Amino acid sequence: MKRKAKVLLEECVACGSCVKVCPRGAIQVVKGMYANVEPELCVGCMACARACPASVIVEAPAEMEGAS
Amino acid sequence: MRKKSIRSIFDYTWVFTVVYFGLGFFNILFAWLGLICFLIPLYGALFQGNKAFCNRYCGRGRLFDLLGGKLGLSRHRPAPLWLRSKFFRYGFLVFFMAMFFNMLWGTWLVFSSARELRVAVKLMWSFYVPWGWAAGSGAAPWSLQFSYGLYSLMLTSLLIGLGVMWLYKPRTWCVFCPMGTMTQWICKVKNGNTNEMHKKA
Repeated sequence: MKRKAKVLLEECVACGSCVKVCPRGAIQVVKGMYANVEPELCVGCMACARACPASVIVEAPAEMEGAS
Repeated sequence: MRKKSIRSIFDYTWVFTVVYFGLGFFNILFAWLGLICFLIPLYGALFQGNKAFCNRYCGRGRLFDLLGGKLGLSRHRPAPLWLRSKFFRYGFLVFFMAMFFNMLWGTWLVFSSARELRVAVKLMWSFYVPWGWAAGSGAAPWSLQFSYGLYSLMLTSLLIGLGVMWLYKPRTWCVFCPMGTMTQWICKVKNGNTNEMHKKA
């Protein structure tokens, strides 16, 4: 099953570390509150999860994307 | 392409952090420049409702990226849960702000001649390190006291940041950085609840 990155919104510190490392430019920090992954662009490489200092980015099945 | 080139320029803002601490080593009055790291993120959060400073410009964050990422001075382990908890993040913010106002109070005491200038940098809010060579001459004592106080806060937080960079992931400091926590809180208050925002997205 295809897997993609999912941000645990309530725990995200909105530091932007994930934005910098995403090779597809699929992540943006929404209004200084949390990072948001664009499901259409995410290829599930999980570079964002490795960089996230708060460890709040997890792998999730593609059909669950967007759920928080 | 243009976006990429702009991004790469911001990757070098770590130079400002290095220059800041270098200048403060020789003349403590340069410590006043540290206010930039307080005022710009606050301006961004209050008037633009974002964390652009943290996300793009923060020299300290870029320095940790460089040292912990490219130079490999990080063990890349997940930070412990307590360090990532809201209780610790907001607790550290309160503590840091208390220390900041304590520093302002010390400046006031020197300004009002109630206390003499302490020509030292205070590390970890406890240990005085003699720093007399950087005092220069001609500046008002209160101005020097503020410089020593602000430089102490900046250097202490840098040392903590370097410590957690090595122990955990490069940008672990960002998890509980007082300015990051404060600006995110301001953004949440200003822009609305996280869940509501996500439903709209």
